[in-house]
Amino acid sequence: MSGVVAATVAAPSALSGGANVIAVGVLLAEFGMFRQALLRDQVRLYAVQSALISVLAVVVAATRHLPDLYALAALSFALKTVIVPIVLRRMLRGIGAIGGDPRWSDIAGSHALSVASAVLIAIAVAAFGFFTVAALGLTSPVLPDTALSISVAVVLVSFVLMIVRRDVISQAIGFLSLENGVSLTALVVAAGLPLILEIAFLFDLLVAVVVFGLLIRVHHGRAESMSTAELTSLQG
Amino acid sequence: MLLLLALPLAAALICLRAPRVVGQTATAVSGAASFALVLVLVPAAARHDIGYLRVLHVDALSAVFMLATGFLYAAVAVYAIGYLSGEGAGRAPDRRTRLLWAGLNLFAWAMLAAPMTSNLALLWVAIEVTTVISALLVAVEDTDGAAEAAWKYVLLASAGLGLALLATIFAYYAGAHVLGQSYDLGFPQLLAVATRLPHAAVELMFVLAVLGFGTKMGLVPVHTWLPDAHSEAPTPVSALLSGSLLAVSFYAILRFYRVTEAAVGPTFPRNVLLVFGAASLMLSMLYLFGQRDVKRLLAYSSVEHMGILAIGVSFGAPAALAGVLLHVLAHAAAKGNAFMGAGVLVRKLGSKQISAIRGGLDLLPWSGPLFLLAVFALGAMPPFGLFRSEFEIVAGGLSSRSYAAAAILIVAVTAAFLGLAASVTRMLMLPLPLPKPAPVPDRIPAAAAARAEGSGALQSDIHMETGTTAPVPARGEPSVWMVVPVAVGAVALIWLGVHPPAVLDELFSRAVALLGGGAL
Repeated sequence: MSGVVAATVAAPSALSGGANVIAVGVLLAEFGMFRQALLRDQVRLYAVQSALISVLAVVVAATRHLPDLYALAALSFALKTVIVPIVLRRMLRGIGAIGGDPRWSDIAGSHALSVASAVLIAIAVAAFGFFTVAALGLTSPVLPDTALSISVAVVLVSFVLMIVRRDVISQAIGFLSLENGVSLTALVVAAGLPLILEIAFLFDLLVAVVVFGLLIRVHHGRAESMSTAELTSLQG
Repeated sequence: MLLLLALPLAAALICLRAPRVVGQTATAVSGAASFALVLVLVPAAARHDIGYLRVLHVDALSAVFMLATGFLYAAVAVYAIGYLSGEGAGRAPDRRTRLLWAGLNLFAWAMLAAPMTSNLALLWVAIEVTTVISALLVAVEDTDGAAEAAWKYVLLASAGLGLALLATIFAYYAGAHVLGQSYDLGFPQLLAVATRLPHAAVELMFVLAVLGFGTKMGLVPVHTWLPDAHSEAPTPVSALLSGSLLAVSFYAILRFYRVTEAAVGPTFPRNVLLVFGAASLMLSMLYLFGQRDVKRLLAYSSVEHMGILAIGVSFGAPAALAGVLLHVLAHAAAKGNAFMGAGVLVRKLGSKQISAIRGGLDLLPWSGPLFLLAVFALGAMPPFGLFRSEFEIVAGGLSSRSYAAAAILIVAVTAAFLGLAASVTRMLMLPLPLPKPAPVPDRIPAAAAARAEGSGALQSDIHMETGTTAPVPARGEPSVWMVVPVAVGAVALIWLGVHPPAVLDELFSRAVALLGGGAL
């Protein structure tokens, strides 16, 4: 009996083990964003998450001989780990959210739920995504299937993040990490996606970040705060 | 085709740089020229697919949606001249107006580009571009409501499109099983190998696509941004959002639908669309009663019509599919008209509240009746295009034995019309209370007096349309610009309803064949 088990459950290869570790790291970063009360740290976590995905892209490129992915990893690193966080931080500083006025730098009160309940809900949602996708039986040619399940869990958790936080920055970060989750999915199931399309996606992301930033400024200019709790005038 | 892509971009650049008058003219010219180019493209697309540079691909289906966008672009470009010059220097700084003009062109450009690509990934990119541009356009009127609506819109739509991106990636994944790791994610390629695609991936893809693009299309559980954005945006933008943007998202869903239908059979995708469509139709019908804001009223009517489109596709019969395509065109014209008419009313009386708008027919000799006609058209009254299209959809539903869904459709559409008509007739028919409401400037009595004296309709129109904006030199122009496109739209609606041109029939039958509906 134990012989059968040993035959079917082989030890993971170095590649799939490493890939899974990175994917789990991405998910952990996502959970970290729940925990973080400070905007500054959230942006930093986003940068870390993006960097992890770039690393995974390099790993895939090296082991599966997909040279396009090197370029993609470099671009995505430059954009998501360097440029987007810089843009975000500059905008936040411009409106006193980081550094300047201490009122804006602490958004611990923006949780609609307590941190613990939010994390519990996120765990439940992540587990749902993880097992549902596993049950679909989608297999990936380049990475272990577990990574796919984890990436879907990341996407779902980022939705929870957008829902339970009541400030514009956290919601924007939630959207950006949603995009990270999708990038992770793309790496797992669509590693061969033509480079030109990936570049189009990234460019699009940049435009979206700029627009998010502009709207955050508009919001801040009108509401004098980062909170979305006041956005209730349009109903019915 | 390349010209079609270049024109709005050029116009947008001109608007950013050049003085306002030049920008206006450029926009109007570009709008009219784009529409003309689409018209030229239509007969060709009705006969064969037009491919260009590997990524550009126009077939009959995309031509239908480009026709809707092109028409509204032209109409709105003309309307906006009146709308924005009436705004006056006091309310809107020059920079904002300039941005609005440029944004309008870019928005139309992205919506024209989306149906022109055969590549699912580029389609997604184009639709995401429409989101970010239109979010800025929603925010351009610097009010609390606009800021709130824009934020909700950009967050919800972007999150929805995140799901749509996931759908695109699963489409690639499904295709990669058959076509190998490196291929351009074109739907003709996917369609060619559809029967060999893995079922689980395709079903996941379709549900994600309906949820994702459905967010932008305004299908019910994910429609919540729509009334906010439509009511707070400047009127020309509302018209484009409602008539064209929703349709373009629907186009994306149609492409995914076709691939899914070919891969896993018709039952699954049709049931998904039926559920979403019926939910949209029934919920929005309820919201149409007792709505207090005229633009929100029209926005919920858009949700209703998107529901009709989804149900129409779920019937799957060729007649229903042809009806759906006609519905897209007619809805674009009717909803554009309704928003533009409502915009005149709102400008006139200085309020979006239905309870504050009274006596529309007395105050606006042209826009009032035209608005009424547009609302009748939206309620699918007989001489208009929407009657023909909804008739075809219901007939298709009956022929495909979806009796329950067809019955729901008829009842809900009728109820929705009642809700819409009740509010609108109140706004138009009830007399303006005397003494006049506070926000109305004293120009109104003067205009009413002018009309009572029996002076020419056009002249009184001119007096009235200038409405809240004081400067005398600017009168005359705003009114004419804001009436002409609506009148053209009304003519187009009747034309579509009474006797659609033969080339449209040809276009529809080819598009229906592309959707897998077989011959008409």
